[in-house]
Amino acid sequence: MTWRPDLSVKISKLMLKNPIMPASGTFGTEMSPFIDFNRLGAIVPKSITLNERSGNKGPRICEVEGGMINSIGIQSKGIDYYTEHIIPDFAKYDVPLIASISGDTIDEFAILAERLTGIDRVAGLELNISCPNLRNNGIAFGMDEKTTNELIRTVRQVTDKPLIAKLSPNVTHIQDTALAAEKGGADALTVANTFLAMAIDTETRKPKIGNLMGGFSGPAVKPLIIRLIFQVHQVTSLPIIGSGGAMTGQDVIEMILAGASAVQVGTANFMKPAAMLDIIDEIADYMMRHHIDKIADLIGKIDLE
Amino acid sequence: MKNLHSEILFNRPVNDRYWKMAVDVTALEESVRPGQFFHIQCSDDWRNLLRRPFSVYKFDRRTRILEFLYLIKGSGTQALMKKRPGEMLDMIGPLGKPFSLPAGDASILLAARGVGVATLHALAQAVPAEGRRAIAIVSAQKRDDLLAVDDLRQSGAQVYAVTDEDGTSTMDQVGKLAEMLIEDYGISAVYTCGSKRLAKLMQNLATIHNLYAEIAMEAHMACGLGDCYACACPIRKEKGIEAVRICSEGPVFPLRQAVLS
Ligand SMILES: Cc1cc2nc3c(=O)[nH]c(=O)nc-3n(C[C@H](O)[C@H](O)[C@H](O)COP(=O)(O)OP(=O)(O)OC[C@H]3O[C@@H](n4cnc5c(N)ncnc54)[C@H](O)[C@@H]3O)c2cc1C
Ligand SMILES: Cc1cc2nc3c(=O)[nH]c(=O)nc-3n(C[C@H](O)[C@H](O)[C@H](O)COP(=O)(O)O)c2cc1C
Ligand code: FES
Repeated sequence: MTWRPDLSVKISKLMLKNPIMPASGTFGTEMSPFIDFNRLGAIVPKSITLNERSGNKGPRICEVEGGMINSIGIQSKGIDYYTEHIIPDFAKYDVPLIASISGDTIDEFAILAERLTGIDRVAGLELNISCPNLRNNGIAFGMDEKTTNELIRTVRQVTDKPLIAKLSPNVTHIQDTALAAEKGGADALTVANTFLAMAIDTETRKPKIGNLMGGFSGPAVKPLIIRLIFQVHQVTSLPIIGSGGAMTGQDVIEMILAGASAVQVGTANFMKPAAMLDIIDEIADYMMRHHIDKIADLIGKIDLE
Repeated sequence: MKNLHSEILFNRPVNDRYWKMAVDVTALEESVRPGQFFHIQCSDDWRNLLRRPFSVYKFDRRTRILEFLYLIKGSGTQALMKKRPGEMLDMIGPLGKPFSLPAGDASILLAARGVGVATLHALAQAVPAEGRRAIAIVSAQKRDDLLAVDDLRQSGAQVYAVTDEDGTSTMDQVGKLAEMLIEDYGISAVYTCGSKRLAKLMQNLATIHNLYAEIAMEAHMACGLGDCYACACPIRKEKGIEAVRICSEGPVFPLRQAVLS
C-alpha cells in the first residue's frame, strides 16, 4: 500500500478529515454536480439570519484586479427554512456541518444559536460578527472589542456547540478582538472576513457596487490574511481557520505555516467549482514532497530563525 | 450541466465590435436550449478572475457545435478575442432556464436591442422545427451593428432592422411597427432582450394584446450556479417584489414579472 499523508486536523471538538472547507456565502448545493462534498473537511453553508431578508440592491459584486468586491447583504430565507431545507440537504454528507449565523443584534445571534443547538447535525457554529455590509458605513460587531466580547459571551451561555468567531480584518489591532473573542468563550477563530472596499467606474463616475461599499476577497488579500493569521496565532492558542485568498494548495500551506489549523476557500470556487478538491490534492502532494506525515505538525511552523 | 474544456473551432470578428466563436461540445450529453447560457473563463489572468456569462447564440444538435456572439466590452472579452482555434475553452453549462413557447403554431415576435440579439437568435433558430415562424425586430445604434440579421434570415426569421443612425428606432416607431406585426402575423408570444425601454414597450403591448411574453435578463454573476446570490435582481412575484437569482431562476422570466423602472 502506498503511504498517504494524514491531512486530518482538529478544530476544538471537531475532527476534520482535511483542513479544507468552503467559505460561507461562496458555496451551496448547486455545486454538487462538480464536487464530491464527502471529500471536504467541513461544510459551511451561507450565513443565516433569524428572519427572511432580501439582500442589497445590485450590482452586488464587481471584479477588481486580483479579486472581487461583494455586497450581497446576506439574502436569507430565515431560520425556519434553514432548519427545514438547508440542513437536511447537507445532512446526507458525512462531513461536519458548521452553521454560519449572522444578526443585526446580539439577541438575534443568541436566538439562532439556541435554535441550532438543538440540531444534532449541526457540528459547530461560526459567528459572522464581521460582515461589513450589515451596518451603516460597514460597521460590524467584530470591529469593536467590547461588542465582540459581549456577543460571544451571550451566545456562549446558550450553546455547548463549538463556537467559531469570524473576525473582522477591518481593525487596527486584530489581536485585541481575537482576545476579546477568546475571553468571551470562543473555541476557534476564523481569520478573517472580507476587507471593506470600494470601486468607481471612471467612465460613468458611479460606484461599482450598488451598496457603495463591499467586502474585498480573492488572491490579492492573501498576504494580508497571512499577516493577520500570524498576529492572531502569536497571542492565542485557539485554533485558527484562515479565510482569504486561498486559491491553491500552496496558499493553504502558507496559511498553516502562519498558524492556521484549517482554511476556508471562497472566491476560488467561482473560478473553478472543483477548486477545493484540487487544493486538497495539492496539499497531499506538498506533504509527500516534503515527507510530512501529519499536516497538523505544520501548524504555525514558520521558520523564524 | 458540466464544467467542459471545449475545443475552439473558430473565433473571428463579425465587425469592429462583435466577435463570433464556435466550440465543440460533443462531451455534453444533455440538450442546449435557447435562452440558456455558458459561464466562461475568458483567461487565466487575475484581471479576469470571474467567469463571464454568454448566451447560446447557435447550437447544432447534430454536429454538437455551439456558437457564441459576443461584444468586445472590457478586459474579459478582450482576452476571449485572443483565443485561437484548437485552444480549449473552460466553460460551465448549459445554465439557466430556457425560453418556453405557448401551445399552438402561431408566429412569435422577437424584440432585441444591441447584443440582446445574441440571446434571441437561438430561439429564432429553434422555432421552425416547432412548425412556427419568428418575426424579429432588431434594433441597434448603427447599421454596422445589425450583425445577426443575416443569420436570423438564414434561420427563417422575418427581420425588421431599425437603427438610431437611420432614425428608425425610437420607441414610438418600434411600437407602431410591433403593433403592425402583431396584427399582420397573428403573433401569440413576444420575447425580448437587451434594452429596458424596449422591454417596457413590449410589456405594455403584451398586456394590451394578451400575449405570452418572456424576457432574458442580465446581471453580474459570480458562481453562475445559484449558490452565491450575487446576481439577484428584483422580480415581481405573487407575494410582491422579490430578489431572484438571474443565473438559476432565470435568465428567462415572464415579461410581466420584470421590474423595469
Ligand atoms: C445571462 C447572460 C447572457 C449574456 N449573453 C451575452 C452574449 O451572448 N453576448 C455578449 O456579448 N454578452 C452577453 N452577456 C453580457 C456579457 O456577460 C458581458 O458583456 C461580459 O461579462 C463583459 O465582460 P468584460 O470583461 O468584457 O467587460 P467588463 O465590463 O470589463 O466586465 C467587468 C465585470 O463585469 C461583468 N459584466 C459587465 N457587463 C456585464 C453584463 N452586461 N452582464 C453580466 N456581467 C457583466 C463581467 O462579467 C466582469 O465580471 C450576457 C450576460 C448575461 C448575464
Ligand atoms: C459572494 C460572497 C459572499 C459572501 N458571503 C458571506 C457570508 O454570508 N457570511 C460570511 O461569513 N462570509 C461571507 N463571505 C466571505 C467569505 O466567507 C470569505 O471569508 C472571504 O470571501 C475570503 O475568502 P476568499 O478570498 O477565499 O474568497 C462572502 C464572500 C463572497 C465573495
Ligand atoms: S451568480 Fe451566484 S447565484 Fe447567481
